Amino acid sequence: MKRHDIEIRGASVEVTGVSKGYAGRRVLLDADLQIAPGEFIAIVGRSGCGKSTLLRLLAGLEPADAGTILLDGDAHAAHQSDIRIMFQDARLLPWKRVLDNVALGLTGPDVKERAREALAQVGLADRAKEWPAVLSGGQRQRVALARALVHTPRLLLLDEPLGALDALTRIEMHRLIERLWLRHGFTALLVTHDVSEAVALGDRVVQIEDHRIALDERVLLPRPRHRGQAFAAYEERILDRVLQQPEGVSVPPDDALEYHPAHAVRWAI
Amino acid sequence: MANLGDSNSPLKRFAAHAQVQRVLPWLFPIFVLAVWQLSSQSGWLSTRVLPEPWAVLKAFWSLTVSGEIWTHVATSTWRAAAGFAIGGGLGLLLGLLTGTFRPAEMLLDSSLQMIRNIPALALIPLVILWFGIDESAKLFLVALGVFFPIYLNTFHGIRSVDKGLIEMARSYGLSGWRLYTQVILPGATASILVGVRFSLGLTWVLLIVAETISAQAGIGYMTMNAREFLQTDVVLVGILLYALLGKLADLLAKGLERWWLRWHPGYQRVHT
Repeated sequence: MKRHDIEIRGASVEVTGVSKGYAGRRVLLDADLQIAPGEFIAIVGRSGCGKSTLLRLLAGLEPADAGTILLDGDAHAAHQSDIRIMFQDARLLPWKRVLDNVALGLTGPDVKERAREALAQVGLADRAKEWPAVLSGGQRQRVALARALVHTPRLLLLDEPLGALDALTRIEMHRLIERLWLRHGFTALLVTHDVSEAVALGDRVVQIEDHRIALDERVLLPRPRHRGQAFAAYEERILDRVLQQPEGVSVPPDDALEYHPAHAVRWAI
Repeated sequence: MANLGDSNSPLKRFAAHAQVQRVLPWLFPIFVLAVWQLSSQSGWLSTRVLPEPWAVLKAFWSLTVSGEIWTHVATSTWRAAAGFAIGGGLGLLLGLLTGTFRPAEMLLDSSLQMIRNIPALALIPLVILWFGIDESAKLFLVALGVFFPIYLNTFHGIRSVDKGLIEMARSYGLSGWRLYTQVILPGATASILVGVRFSLGLTWVLLIVAETISAQAGIGYMTMNAREFLQTDVVLVGILLYALLGKLADLLAKGLERWWLRWHPGYQRVHT
């Protein structure tokens, strides 16, 4: 799968000096991030580090306290219809059938046709008439993906959309997302707590720590990525970086943790 | 000895049989009717306390043949429907208003909560002074009682629509009327229908009281009239009619639930 044979229609994103806080608690401070058109960025970080907040700001769900977010050089608020977000929970409307969920917010004469096409792209064309309640978690996220793609977004934001899925479904979803990204050429931003997922999908892996962008590493592996040695090396390096204790957090002494290394316990089991 | 809890026991197998399952719920009512009939016939139960089922059936038949029963049923049903439509409609409207707009909630909700605590039936003396013993007095009572369950459940339903879904819909370009009809209203339906079912039950209670105070027609009038002449069988016919109409109204509400909430796992028919 090569990228150069398709037209890249994704948007460039420029985040400059963005800060955000909730009720006096600082979440993001002076964050900068440049994304090239059609790039796939994976954002990792500990929970509560502000990675989801950055995504919500980009989606326009909340205003930033300071700084600017530009899409193709324009204020991103003017490009709302070019940005689509996939949430951690699928957020399908339970009272609409699968097809109508995909068609949500679409206008025009061929709405059903476009929705059907998008459903086919995620492999769920035969479930169009079902209620969301009867779908599995993975299927719901695929419907949510179809719902986002049917708007032909130029920036797709993925807020830990695979966090609640089992490992096998997750790998399937990685392949599906990668395939659709290659095909449609949108810019993608994936927030995840799973470093292996970030390495599997991202052109760049960005780490947020202490409310700032701390690491920005390009993953130079051919797609589709196989979990070989080079993959593991990336994964380990980034994981090590993420697991470093952030400043200001005191580490309790070892004996206070009652920590038993695995090898010391094994004989007792 | 066969264990009763065993799924292979003869009793369990018998109960699982489809035709048996259809008959089983009727067994107890038939038994009660039989005991009732026998104790009336043997003179153990005075007809002044309770007429025999056969007499009730005969009274029902003669009222049907004379056509009298239909005018009463029609009058009562019309009152129930009109009162329910007025009270329920207003409750729905105000509930949507206060649920959707904060200023409307601030303006109205605390007053409505205060009035809610007055039992509708406590207003009877006042209602008679205002409306006399007219048709409007009965409608007012029914409408007032029906108003609050629907108002409260509508308000609650609108407020408890999943914020995540609203956020999602907004980010997908829905706003205003489209957001309201596609997300907020459907999200509140389950709660609104709870209010409707509760109100339907209340409708008949209020109507019975209103009709027994004073009326020229209606089931309540029929039973009160029969009481004067010690026609316990007709009184019983009236009571049974109320039960029947109440059950019908509930079936209607259940049907609405099954249709409007057919997406809801909790309301889907279990396939056996």
